Amino acid sequence: MSDPGGTPAQAPVSRYRVRFAKDGPLRWVGHLDLQRVWLHTLRRAEVPLAYSAGFHPHPRLLFAASLPLGFIGRAELLELGLTERLEAGALHQRLRHCAAPGLGIEDVASVEAETPALGRGLSGFDYLVTLDPSSATTLPARIAALLATTTLPRERRRRAYDLRPLIQRLELTAEGGLSMRLSGGVGPTGRPDEVLRALGYEPADATIERRGLCFDAAAATPPSGVAAAAAPVSTPSAAPGPSPSTS
Amino acid sequence: MLSPAEIEKRLLRLLPRVEKPARYVGGELNQVVKPWARIPLRVALAFPDIYEIGMPNLGLAALYELVNQQPEMLAERVYVPWPDMQALMRADELPLFSLETRHALRDFDLVGISLPYESIYTNVLSLLALGGIPLLANARTDEDPLVLAGGHATFNPEPMADFIDAFVIGDGEEALLDVAHCLLEAKRNGAGRAQRLRALAAIDGVYVPALYDVSYHADGRVAAVDPREDGVPQQIHKRVVAVLPPPLTRPLVPNLDTVHNRVAVEIMRGCTRGCRFCHAGMVTRPVRERSVEAIVEAIDAALEATGFGEVGLLSLSSSDYSQALELVRTVAARFGSRRINISLPSLRIESFSVELMQALAGNSRRGGFTLAPEAASERMRAIINKPVATSQLLETAREIFSRGWHTIKLYFMIGHPEETLADVEAIAALCQAVLAEGRRVLGSRAKVHAGISTFVPKPHTPFQWVPCDSLEQITAKQLLLRQRLRERAIKLSWSDPHETMLEAWLARGDRRLGAVVLAAWQAGASFDAWREHFRFDLWQQAFAAAGLAPEFYTHRPRPLEERLPWEHIDAGVSQRFLREDRAWSAAQRLRDDCRERCSACGILPTFKALRAAHPGPGWKCPEVGGGAAATAAAAGAAAAGEPA
Repeated sequence: MSDPGGTPAQAPVSRYRVRFAKDGPLRWVGHLDLQRVWLHTLRRAEVPLAYSAGFHPHPRLLFAASLPLGFIGRAELLELGLTERLEAGALHQRLRHCAAPGLGIEDVASVEAETPALGRGLSGFDYLVTLDPSSATTLPARIAALLATTTLPRERRRRAYDLRPLIQRLELTAEGGLSMRLSGGVGPTGRPDEVLRALGYEPADATIERRGLCFDAAAATPPSGVAAAAAPVSTPSAAPGPSPSTS
Repeated sequence: MLSPAEIEKRLLRLLPRVEKPARYVGGELNQVVKPWARIPLRVALAFPDIYEIGMPNLGLAALYELVNQQPEMLAERVYVPWPDMQALMRADELPLFSLETRHALRDFDLVGISLPYESIYTNVLSLLALGGIPLLANARTDEDPLVLAGGHATFNPEPMADFIDAFVIGDGEEALLDVAHCLLEAKRNGAGRAQRLRALAAIDGVYVPALYDVSYHADGRVAAVDPREDGVPQQIHKRVVAVLPPPLTRPLVPNLDTVHNRVAVEIMRGCTRGCRFCHAGMVTRPVRERSVEAIVEAIDAALEATGFGEVGLLSLSSSDYSQALELVRTVAARFGSRRINISLPSLRIESFSVELMQALAGNSRRGGFTLAPEAASERMRAIINKPVATSQLLETAREIFSRGWHTIKLYFMIGHPEETLADVEAIAALCQAVLAEGRRVLGSRAKVHAGISTFVPKPHTPFQWVPCDSLEQITAKQLLLRQRLRERAIKLSWSDPHETMLEAWLARGDRRLGAVVLAAWQAGASFDAWREHFRFDLWQQAFAAAGLAPEFYTHRPRPLEERLPWEHIDAGVSQRFLREDRAWSAAQRLRDDCRERCSACGILPTFKALRAAHPGPGWKCPEVGGGAAATAAAAGAAAAGEPA
């Protein structure tokens, strides 16, 4: 018998963007494990995923950005390539019904064919950090001191970088939490745990939530209905709807 | 004592500080959480290794579903934390807790521990210590849980007898529920620990070591194992379920990558081949099969409930499942189109197996094709009773390569005392011959993986009297293979001879080994199955401290008349049969598959009543008792049994 040549590609005929939350038991899994959790969820929901060709076909599953283990995600983005066209609302219902505990299906929207790949134009992330209430008194002073610096040299994986320019916003919330927008996506990524260390806090003592992903206005990926440039398009109030084409 | 809420609070502080925190949080899909306060009997099911190893264990998964189906019982899971977490838990005084509701291990009524193999014994002590339960059974009070153990290793329970209150010998499905019901009644009656133990000892297949005295000869051999009081059985007969219960249909779906992420279905229990080294083949007799229909229905339900992309059809010898072809065709037709990868391990070396894999795999050729010839010379094959002619193996290999598989994995076993260096040479020659077959078909793409394990003479097998090879002998045999198999296309893997020694001591030991296990654990031995944690020196020191010689257990041929430490455990296979089979091995005489010819191993008379009460096609021993002809045939086979 001849050597079989693997399976042919199943090109996606439709694409969908899913905004989801990662919380509960899933807070404690890393990105690779989250991918498997998603695959199991999609199989339970009998979603007709498209696959790449070859001996080891890969499902058409694209995450906008991986979320570090231990962080809670409130508005993560995922794009699915399917071999059939489904009604987004029906897909939403199926996913919600079959989702693993800890996986919240917030919204599902179909994506037009000409829309650029998910992740294009990603420029930053919004985080909300909850600290021990006892730390609240010294927090304003620490924030002010940090923001007054012009450079914060750091090293990650033996590469030097400057954390300071990656901090786009850093402020106290009314509830005493810490809200920050950090650069990420195209260029270097600012990590909230590094910011916490710079403020003098042990990140393991904090609860870190990613509240949204921000996209450049120029990259034209914000979904319809979100006007502001660099708006956190995936905050719970905004849908990851079909994006206007780049033309 | 910490409440679940306090445990949760402490846990949350530790999670960001450990590797793979998902090991400790539970909350997976299909987890069962019952209302603790309203359930009278609470069972913790524990596997003495980390989450990734314990979670896919099929036996515990089945018991979890079974116990949780009982309205008056709940079952929750416990695994051993990795050393990083253990250190933090000790520092923080966080007791080992269940994943479902964060109750400390000592808050359960019953702690059921799986003991499938010996190298996890020290981890049992870690489980108990972290869970706040006294290590020694005789130090436990009415307030402590009852510690139960089951699994293949418990067919010699003696080395763990100091730590375990009761052992379930044999199939656990019915026995665990019997134990749980017994404890429920005892709890309602306010029965104390001693009364509970006595009540448990009356259950079929349950061994309560505290009710037995072991005496020794001056030279250290066991003299007797005697019940301490009336009403306690002299012999503990293993439990057997007459009919395999329906396979589980709602397996948990781990959020972490575990050793197997799949729907596993046991298609058959037991094996009729009678390989003389095989502990599982002897202790899981008789062969009982599930129907194709029951298997397919269970897979269908489990895939829907889990979303797994892989199915494992498990048994000791899959090609011997009587409806094997029908099963794989049905499974392939039903699930093959859904990108479900179906595996059928433990195949016999014959073209039928290739046919089965072909029917299952369709056009996909993931991984290698695995065969287990175990021995490479005709002589050794006759000694171990695994007669596979070299010509048949090469023909099967040719077929595998020509059907598109690039890699054949071959499992061999070295270390039998009868084995010579020439027999070991034959292994190398066979690997090369298989590779040559592959090269003829595939050229340089053909590959062979040779996995070389080391023989340990196990209790309840015909080899239970023979000694192990010495460390030097094993090392010399391994070195020979390494020298002979240097081709890049042949990958060789072997087991650490020191780990083999540990396995042999604990598999063949008597009750005095409890002191050795305890001393080794106190000195820091744990995770012995993990190469990076295994400390041979700690075990040597522990033997010295206990005043015992390890060689006494492993390097001494035991006379046939010696009282073996596990003889009060009856695996259903008679000592008479084992002695005969030992003699046949010495004479290089083969024994037939018992579906073809009953060898009167002892299973049929032991479970005659059970079988009569549950007639049906599932049980694969020949029918006896009904007709004189069948009985005569069985008796005749036992007497005559000629080589195949």
